[in-house]
Amino acid sequence: MSFWEYLGSRHQQLLTDAFQHASAVFQCMVLATVTGVLTGIATYRSAWAGNLATTATSSILTVPSLAFIGLLIPVVGLGVPPTVIALTLYGLLPIVRNAIVGLRGVDPALVDAARGIGMSGPMRLARVELPLAWPPILTGIRVSTQMLMGIAAVAAYASGPGLGNEIFRGLASLGSRNALNQVLAGTLGIVILALLFDAAYVLIGRLTIPRGIRG
Amino acid sequence: MAEPAPTATHGATIELEGLTKRYPGSAQPAVDRVNMEIKAGETVVFVGPSGCGKSTTLKMINRLIEPTGGRIRIGGEDVTGIDPVKLRRKVGYAIQSSGLFPHMTVAQNIALVPRMTGWPKSRLRQRVEEMLDLVGLDPGEFHGRYPRQLSGGQQQRVGVARALAADPPVLLMDEPFGAVDPITRDHLQDELIRLQRELHKTIVFVTHDFDEAIKLGDRIAVLRERSHIAQFDTPEAILTNPADDFVSGFVGAGAALKRLNLTRVRDVEMRGYPTVTVDTPLQQIFGYLRDGGTNEILLLDRRRRPYKWLRRGDLMRARGSLARAGTLVHDTVTRDATLRDALEAVLTDNAGRVAVTGRRGEFIGVVDMETLMNSVHELLEADRLEAMEHQHELEEARSRQTHFEQEGDAGEKKA
Repeated sequence: MSFWEYLGSRHQQLLTDAFQHASAVFQCMVLATVTGVLTGIATYRSAWAGNLATTATSSILTVPSLAFIGLLIPVVGLGVPPTVIALTLYGLLPIVRNAIVGLRGVDPALVDAARGIGMSGPMRLARVELPLAWPPILTGIRVSTQMLMGIAAVAAYASGPGLGNEIFRGLASLGSRNALNQVLAGTLGIVILALLFDAAYVLIGRLTIPRGIRG
Repeated sequence: MAEPAPTATHGATIELEGLTKRYPGSAQPAVDRVNMEIKAGETVVFVGPSGCGKSTTLKMINRLIEPTGGRIRIGGEDVTGIDPVKLRRKVGYAIQSSGLFPHMTVAQNIALVPRMTGWPKSRLRQRVEEMLDLVGLDPGEFHGRYPRQLSGGQQQRVGVARALAADPPVLLMDEPFGAVDPITRDHLQDELIRLQRELHKTIVFVTHDFDEAIKLGDRIAVLRERSHIAQFDTPEAILTNPADDFVSGFVGAGAALKRLNLTRVRDVEMRGYPTVTVDTPLQQIFGYLRDGGTNEILLLDRRRRPYKWLRRGDLMRARGSLARAGTLVHDTVTRDATLRDALEAVLTDNAGRVAVTGRRGEFIGVVDMETLMNSVHELLEADRLEAMEHQHELEEARSRQTHFEQEGDAGEKKA
């Protein structure tokens, strides 16, 4: 069976997997973004807290994903929980780091001006600091998403959802007729999803970064 | 806040009482017991070398820097303990390089403070237009622009518009014109003077440029290290009678020349001058020149604007034709020109005099070297007397206070 024939016969299954893959990554990204930005906000003002947050999140990233998911199985079981936990944690680093860098990079004169015209702390954060730090944060989110696309494939190891299932099935039956097609379909599917997400981020950037600070 | 008053709020007094800032870990306070009374509607300029604490003192007025001692009263109300966010919304604040938020449009920047203080939406839009108009920017053209699309001078104007948008009685300006080129700075200063004439806010302005201080200040506080007041007086008094070597060092050379900037042509005595108009019959002009005991007359055009200087021999040489006779008036000054401008014009004029004109360019009088010198001497003499009197008063007040304090101490000891 050629690759195209394989796609034709399995498109239903592939589309379901692709959708689940995308949906898992998207949901974990939302979680990672909220946690990451909040961590950034909580720590950027203090040198040591900021560094601690960056170091902690980057050390998570050094754990091999397969091992990490494997280690989670005895604790939280199979399926969705280990996938969500692993993806969210892996996604944190770029977001936390860029949020801290972005918030620290806001011109102190502007913060001074914001204070001087009578903005309260939360208002300053919402109206001045976060909007100005948003472009680097969005970049972090983008990098994070690309990374999670790949890592999400590993989630299939813990019976998680997504295109990883195709890849693992193929790898398990290497030598059989459809093994290569399965691996190829899963991999290409992930690449295409990643490109689609990236395009979406470009659009989001256009829509959410004010014209006054667009590069 | 209720519906904002349609008329502009005038200035409020600012009183600083023993205002002190001490940073932890440093032996000396950064600002040491500043006492100062700023009158409502007055422009006071803090001037001093960098690091003297002038900026710190300013930032304590809106408590961007929390004082460690002393009190601040604005319009009689003690604001040392109130919520700083509320305080700052009532005090305009403009800084160097404008401090505009780059992600907001000009209109959004200006509307920030009124919006925070709860102005109704309908009023906001109108207010933005008003403010742009006030600082000399076309509302239609500028309100949708982003700060990076403006020149440095325009950004600074918007910065001032934002500071004034909620109509605060007090405006604090921290070296606002420090980052723009000299020509733009000059324009902005003129603009601020014009604004202040309309608005009568209480302005506290920080600069390290003494000439800027002279130009803008009703009174100048020359500060030395730790914000100690070396002299707090009118520009005239500081120029003619600096309190000590530190102040005279800061005033720099050419105090008398700088004094010329403070007086307008309208304040000095002008000489009348024999004039004729282009409609005067030639015969009469000849008559004037022959019998009038004057060497020169000024020929005015039909709208009584200075046109030509006519000397006795000119008409002869031009064979009786007014069109060819005399020298064209190439430079005039208005009554609002400073004496410095007038001196400049007199010096460049080859006969050493310049015609002064009114609002529509009509002739009013003439100033020349002699009148200028007389007025300057008189001015300087008057300044000196006034300054001496003022000093005397201060000394008296001080001695009364010491006396009182000593008495008070003695009383306490007895008790």
